[in-house]
Amino acid sequence: MARVTELLVNGARRRIDVDSDRTLLSVLRDDLDLTGAKLGCDEGQCAACTVLVEGVATKSCLTKVSAVEGKRIVTIEGLAPEGKLHPVQQAFLDADAMQCGYCVPGMILGAVALLARNPNPSDAEIVSGMNGHICRCGTYPRVMRAIRAAAGKGGRP
Amino acid sequence: MKRRDFFAVLGGGIVVLLDDEIYAQETGGARRGGGAAGAVPLEIGAWLHIGETGVVSVYTGKVEVGQNARTSLTQAVLEELDAPPESVRLVMGDTELTPYDMGTVGSMTTPRMWPQIRRAAAAAREMLLDLAARNWSVDRAALAIAGGRVSAGDRSASFGELARGEKWTRTIPANVPLTAAAEWKVAGKSLPKVTGRAIVTGAHKYSWDLKRPGMLYAKVLYPPQFGATLLSLDASAAEAMPGVKVVHEGNFVAVAAPEAETTAKAVAALKAQWKPVTAEADHHSVYQYFKQTAQGGAAAADNLTPYTIAYIAHVPLEPRAALAEWEGGKVTVWTGTQRPFGVRGELAQAFGIPEAQARVIVPDTGSGYGGKHNGDAAIEAARIAKAVGKPVKRNWTREEEMTWAYFRPGGLIEVSGKAAPDGAITEWEFHNYNSGGSALQSPYNIAKKKEQFHPSKSPLRQGSYRGLAATANHFARESYMDELAESVKLDPLEFRLKNVKDERLRDVIVAAADKFGWKARQKAAGRGFGMAAGFEKGSYVATCAEVAVDPNTGAVKVLRVAQAFECGAVVNPGHLRNQVEGAIMMGLGGALFEEIQFGEGRISTNRLAKYRVPRFADMPAIESVLLDRKDLVPAGAGETPIVGIAPAIGNAIFDATGKRIRRLPLMA
Repeated sequence: MARVTELLVNGARRRIDVDSDRTLLSVLRDDLDLTGAKLGCDEGQCAACTVLVEGVATKSCLTKVSAVEGKRIVTIEGLAPEGKLHPVQQAFLDADAMQCGYCVPGMILGAVALLARNPNPSDAEIVSGMNGHICRCGTYPRVMRAIRAAAGKGGRP
Repeated sequence: MKRRDFFAVLGGGIVVLLDDEIYAQETGGARRGGGAAGAVPLEIGAWLHIGETGVVSVYTGKVEVGQNARTSLTQAVLEELDAPPESVRLVMGDTELTPYDMGTVGSMTTPRMWPQIRRAAAAAREMLLDLAARNWSVDRAALAIAGGRVSAGDRSASFGELARGEKWTRTIPANVPLTAAAEWKVAGKSLPKVTGRAIVTGAHKYSWDLKRPGMLYAKVLYPPQFGATLLSLDASAAEAMPGVKVVHEGNFVAVAAPEAETTAKAVAALKAQWKPVTAEADHHSVYQYFKQTAQGGAAAADNLTPYTIAYIAHVPLEPRAALAEWEGGKVTVWTGTQRPFGVRGELAQAFGIPEAQARVIVPDTGSGYGGKHNGDAAIEAARIAKAVGKPVKRNWTREEEMTWAYFRPGGLIEVSGKAAPDGAITEWEFHNYNSGGSALQSPYNIAKKKEQFHPSKSPLRQGSYRGLAATANHFARESYMDELAESVKLDPLEFRLKNVKDERLRDVIVAAADKFGWKARQKAAGRGFGMAAGFEKGSYVATCAEVAVDPNTGAVKVLRVAQAFECGAVVNPGHLRNQVEGAIMMGLGGALFEEIQFGEGRISTNRLAKYRVPRFADMPAIESVLLDRKDLVPAGAGETPIVGIAPAIGNAIFDATGKRIRRLPLMA
């Protein structure tokens, strides 16, 4: 089987040696120890595995690693590279928009991508943009508040 | 206790042990062994250590599953001990370090553990003052304590400096009086989640994320039906796969491999024959099945109105996971569970080892909702690890979680009642089959009533769920309350207030109705308004909901919810509001569309594509009112806020359509 030997993750070239049909999620988590992307359903229903690929929110559980060779991948670990939180991360902290927190990395990356496309979304646009993300603790009202607060504050996808 | 052992584990400093004999008796703690690798005496409920670096470490067997106990318990320390928040470290849910605890269940962390930790912190404060008074030969009254330092005039020392070189323990009783909520300084305020930064940066490691050197991933071959037994196994194709090890012990078959994805391929390559099972019920027939199999027979009364409650799944976003490692005859398991000591017991039993030879460590967990009480994944991981001689990771998939975990019980509830023309309820009869006895008793003032829980056989594995049966019992009761109100043509609010006797219940009903604007509500085509109220586990809730019902499809959209909640003195209003609003959102799923469908010993709704849970688009406008009763001790709040939403929606649908739906989910 074909192998994939390198990924461009969080601004660095990372050497790997994996089957090309592995999922991006498993390679990030198991081979690169980037465990911020979570497995919640393994079928694209919950978006806990969201990462950015060329700035686009991507469900890494449904993405074969061969499909993202040479593309810029950003995981939650790469969003605050010098320890300075991304405005969306800061907004989630400020709104205390979390309970167990398992969905939060995916939510934050989903929101970063949403705000990159639409810097000042309406509430309805936030709902439709984020509807693929599940928070089983039901923290949706606070996530809405966090995204509203982060809107218009820019940030780098 | 040998104090030398104690400080050998901890290093020097000062230690407070909280002797909670009552708690120990209630929970069996005294029989089960203490913390710090056995160095803490058996009856200790919680303990606190201030080390030479000034770090205040608090040890409790409670766990963090998203209810923000780590934060509220940190507040308990800070309330009594003026230290920088970042210097407080909570060691939670580690059976070797923390005192025995029966589990993070039943909304007991706030009423039981929170005051214990305050007492321990208060005692530590007094010890620090004693040390400073002795070291400086000053009167205790001249000492001040703030920001992790004790000072007197121009003298000042950090907690760590005072603790240095000491090996001082003090054991205090659990009944030391505490300052009243009206005088709280740190408690009662919205301290943000103490692990928030680790969560937003992805740094926090859940059980799913943990690794050990040389670790293998593992997967279990489950039967095609519940209860099926293995007739034969051909594992040759799986065993021929590079790196794959197959474990076969009786009915238990598992594979282990260095890559997780290999384990799925290896399981698919196993050729197994199973003896089929004839299932006794499916999700249609189960309600009659409950009645047929009721212990002691079904209720004799007729003219009862039946309500049905579907089985539902917890769907914690982090499925069960465990990492097990054996060293000599001792196993250490990292796993997300609400009962670390219970899982330790399960491991000891499964492997025939003393409890001291099993250690369970619980990382802050990706939620539980009552669904992670047992050690299924832990035992699987330990079993496979023992067989292959390497650390083993056993992460459940969503399908496994939705099939092989346990469910919130389904139930059949039958009700009858009568109301006098003035609205007073004169008779009440209420029978719950299978779903449970929590909040079985009506909180209303009824002269003649009969309320019974009838345990039945369950075709599915069932267990705890946030609020237990209080959700089912409130749904049936509060729906039937509206049926009675309708029978005497009284407004649902007026009818409840006519029959309520408990002032705390009255207060939440009035507060929710006021916030919602109940009296000013305007009827419109396709719109409806409903309310519900109740209490459980020491706290009170009232919920009002407005729905829109599509006249063509019957689809229900919940537009607006106002909920009042009262749990005594509020420890952290921000996090309480988050619990209340989150419970409403989670409860919407069980109210409207969540249902486990099953038959022939299989679950058909075993994936998120087939089992819908609430999403952003389901979110109504939510207003929550927190009644802060500073004159009452705090009660837990993780469960009861979920019980009002289903009947409030059901009643609103009736208001909109004139049609009474007597089943959960309402939209089945």
